[in-house]
Amino acid sequence: MTATALKKEMDTMAEQTTKTWQKVCTKADLVEFSGVAAWIETADGPAQVAIFYLPGLRQGKDHELYALDHFDPFSKANVIARGIVGDLKGAAVVASPIYKQHFRLEDGQCLEDESVKLRAWKIEFKGDEVWVEG
Amino acid sequence: MSSPKTAAPEQLIIIGNGMVGHHLVEQLVDNGALERYQVTVFGEERHRAYDRVHLSEYFSGRDADSLALCEADYYTVSGVELRTGEAVIEIDRNAQEVVTDQGRYPYDRLVLATGSFPFVPPIPGNDRDGCLVYRTLDDLDAIQAAAENATTGVVVGGGLLGLEAANALRGLNLDTAVVEFASRLMPMQVDNEGGELLREKIEALGVQVLTERATQRIEDGEASRHRMVFQDDKVLETDLIVFSAGIRPRDQLARDCGLEIGERGGVVVDNQCLTNDPAILAIGEVALWNQSIFGLVAPGYQMAKTALSTLTEGDIQFGGADMSTKLKLLGVDVGSIGDAHGTQNPGARMFRYLDPIKQEYRKLVVSSDGKKLLGAMLVGDNGVYDTLLQYYSNGIELPAEPASLILPQSSGAAPTLGPGALPETATICSCHNVTKGDICATIDGGAVDLGGVKGATKASTGCGGCTALLKSVVDHELEARGVEVDKSICEHFAHTRQGLYDIVRVEGIKTFTDLIEKHGNADTHRLGCDICKPAVASILASCFNEPITDAAHIPLQDTNDTFMANMQKNGTYSVVPRVAGGEITPDKLIALGEVANKYSLYSKVTGGQRIDLFGARLEDLPDIWSELIAAGFETGHAYGKSLRTVKSCVGSTWCRYGVQDSVGMAIQLENRYKGLRSPHKIKFGVSGCTRECAEAQSKDIGIIATENGWNLYVCGNGGMRPRHAELFATDLDDEQLYRTIDRFLMFYVRTADRLQRTSVWRENLDGGLEYLKEVILEDSLGINDELERQMQTVVDTYQCEWADAISDPEKLKRFRSFVNDDRPDPSIIMTSERGQLRPA
Ligand SMILES: Cc1cc2nc3c(=O)[nH]c(=O)nc-3n(C[C@H](O)[C@H](O)[C@H](O)COP(=O)(O)OP(=O)(O)OC[C@H]3O[C@@H](n4cnc5c(N)ncnc54)[C@H](O)[C@@H]3O)c2cc1C
Ligand code: HEM
Ligand code: SF4
Ligand code: SF4
Repeated sequence: MTATALKKEMDTMAEQTTKTWQKVCTKADLVEFSGVAAWIETADGPAQVAIFYLPGLRQGKDHELYALDHFDPFSKANVIARGIVGDLKGAAVVASPIYKQHFRLEDGQCLEDESVKLRAWKIEFKGDEVWVEG
Repeated sequence: MSSPKTAAPEQLIIIGNGMVGHHLVEQLVDNGALERYQVTVFGEERHRAYDRVHLSEYFSGRDADSLALCEADYYTVSGVELRTGEAVIEIDRNAQEVVTDQGRYPYDRLVLATGSFPFVPPIPGNDRDGCLVYRTLDDLDAIQAAAENATTGVVVGGGLLGLEAANALRGLNLDTAVVEFASRLMPMQVDNEGGELLREKIEALGVQVLTERATQRIEDGEASRHRMVFQDDKVLETDLIVFSAGIRPRDQLARDCGLEIGERGGVVVDNQCLTNDPAILAIGEVALWNQSIFGLVAPGYQMAKTALSTLTEGDIQFGGADMSTKLKLLGVDVGSIGDAHGTQNPGARMFRYLDPIKQEYRKLVVSSDGKKLLGAMLVGDNGVYDTLLQYYSNGIELPAEPASLILPQSSGAAPTLGPGALPETATICSCHNVTKGDICATIDGGAVDLGGVKGATKASTGCGGCTALLKSVVDHELEARGVEVDKSICEHFAHTRQGLYDIVRVEGIKTFTDLIEKHGNADTHRLGCDICKPAVASILASCFNEPITDAAHIPLQDTNDTFMANMQKNGTYSVVPRVAGGEITPDKLIALGEVANKYSLYSKVTGGQRIDLFGARLEDLPDIWSELIAAGFETGHAYGKSLRTVKSCVGSTWCRYGVQDSVGMAIQLENRYKGLRSPHKIKFGVSGCTRECAEAQSKDIGIIATENGWNLYVCGNGGMRPRHAELFATDLDDEQLYRTIDRFLMFYVRTADRLQRTSVWRENLDGGLEYLKEVILEDSLGINDELERQMQTVVDTYQCEWADAISDPEKLKRFRSFVNDDRPDPSIIMTSERGQLRPA
């Protein structure tokens, strides 16, 4: 088993064992068709999450809420929530506000560089509250 | 090099220490050939090699030393023996020796770089005192000496060099005449029409022009030293005569030793610059290649490079050279490209344009199918020379109406070639050093769109400053390859920015959602993207000027506009309050300093004459701005595609040279146009007099004071591709100045592409500056009232975005690092340098 594979396996195990849903904020804190950042505590330590709200997005899975890492691996700054939200080639994306790479909201994949992917966090509304699994 | 250093060096002799001979020495030195060759150079002139091309500057104050092509000790230091003032009188090919009056010198290889001599027609009396030529420094000394007791001078020969000599005589205060044997001046470069125009222009300068004059003899004059007698027995008296009737190769040495000589002179060489004796090479003006002598220095230099290669067993070949030239003779532009007479290409078609009032003549020689430029001739204005040369030398297909290239710009012609005019070597992206050639290569390698080119070359992924230029080059190259270029702004709209602008105005659409519902492409999610959203935001702001932080507009903005501050590389922001015209009171300076201290902001004076405070945390921005606004500041829009600064000089208030109050005007202008959203940033400069301390001519809008008002310059730029602003209108009073700028800016806002600075916009504008003048100054489109009204609306609805935001708690909600936590982003770490904080 290679080192990376081992690490992946451990990550998955960590995910399986320690994730819990937590309330982050309310709908009123979100900005329509744009992003905000949230601070969450997880079993692995604190994390910064970018939350995007696309009310009434017409897409198969009918997502309205997405959450990705707030950390931009290209600029190494916590800025993803401040990017412009849009859609490219059929997928909802956010553009990094610093060097403008696009990340798919669905899974965090960077469209310009296959090897880069942001973590995508599970997120949903519970009534007016916004909950993230982390 | 092939021979090891220890072998006995081969003897290389170069005859002639002129421009080309010297260039060969430099090539040998720079390429390590001295390890193999011991080089001896013979120069007949007493000076070491000098710049003959700029010979005439000897009369305008340059001396032999400043014209020299190298430092005095260059040859000694390099280990090359230079024997000036020693002419070679014989080449002994059997003994492999050259002979001078001082001795015999053996050679293994020999290079002839003897140049040419001025041809003096065989006229009786041509050797009289005061009959001179124009080729060397010594010739010029002789002319100067002869001019001392002379009042009149004649140049025999109205070609390129003759006119240059005539200018020199004029400069020596002689009454000057040019005598030409042919029916017009510069018979090699121009045709009858062009020659006639040239004559008019040159006569206007006080130089007499006599054509179709064959001098029969020169004898004693009555009023002057000489009298020239022509074929029709007419006479011309003069004190001094300079012959400039063409040049002849100095091939005598080669003739004497039996080397092959061309019918009309010149030492015959092959592609390697070898003569028919493989030990001997010839380069420069003495060499005859493919029946041609090249009387210009650039081909000579190419021959020198070829000779180096031949001497070191390289494989460079000389392949001829383009003889296109662009000159200013006696202040008159003359340009000649390729087959300017159209005589070398049967079936060629010609276009001619003659303006007898402006005294301009232009001619195109075009292939029979009208697609390729074969040659061109310009007299009076070389403005289109560069563009035409690009068409010619790169074989670029001509526009459907080739004549448009030489018609005056006001008739809607397209004079500049835009991206096509850039040579392959032009750097497009300086961050990643990508040239136009690299871009073409990726397109030829399969890239089919802008994204593909960006991915392959990294172009435009650095500072992004080249985005617009890159796009126009890529579009141009794709089009040139027959690919239909989609002009849509992005996948969400099948419109250009200009198209969207018109839709917004005509239909009065006020939100992005509305626009994309009605006019967006249905096969997207209609979310827009980071291309169309900021572009539409800018259009909406230009048209309606609602605060960009209103809920409907917020998702459209780049982060800089959202937070009304520029994001820096570590996620913090900069704060730049407006300091109109760069004028600031001491109290305001103190207030700035206090805010910077309180919030630990790095402070820097910008090139825009204001102060930039860096390192502000997102959550501190509202407090920082509240304090700044309380101290009387307002936002500086450093974050927006909008008016940045109006830079000003000291002006007449304090400066002893100033003729107008440049600071006052700068403040007026900055306050008038602040907040105007535009396709790209806009910078102004105002100088109080012609000394131009504010560098206004490098700005989008440059204003320079005159005794009578203001001169307006437009479409300048600094940066990667600097462009001088062009004079647009003169001596405007204050009111006229505002009106003109109102119209100009609104027309730009209305018609430019996204992220297109005024300079690029202007270069891509069909009809160029003339067209722009017609629209703005003569109202040729009848839209000026509307443009002015629209600008007035923007001016009237201005509000400081920061003042608006801090009074609205809803808007302030965005200014926190985390929606659910008050802490600042802990990963922003600063360290200190030179007494201030900076990102760690
Ligand atoms: C006034 C003027 C303006 C010009 N303007 C331009 C211009 O704008 N653009 C352009 O491209 N070109 C211009 N030219 C032409 C350019 O100067 C020549 O093409 C270039 O100098 C040719 O270089 P060369 O080395 O072949 O000849 P040269 O520079 O003439 O050098 C030859 C040298 O060899 C020496 N020599 C000759 N025979 C012997 C011998 N037997 N022994 C020893 N030494 C010998 C000569 O004395 C001379 O110094 C201009 C020329 C003149 C005179
Ligand atoms: C083409 C690419 C360019 C980019 C991407 C760029 C970027 C920027 C940025 C981001 C700032 C704001 C700094 C801050 O406050 O955060 C800035 C300011 C400035 N830039 Fe540039 N710039 C470019 C070209 C130029 C050129 C060509 C010039 C001058 C010739 C120039 C002159 C200035 C000046 C004077 C300021 C300070 C302006 C002020 O006082 O507001 N920039 N530039
Ligand atoms: S501020 Fe300096 S480093 Fe930054 S883009 Fe301008 S020139 Fe480049
Ligand atoms: S441009 Fe003229 S008025 Fe302005 S500072 Fe310079 S010299 Fe003085």
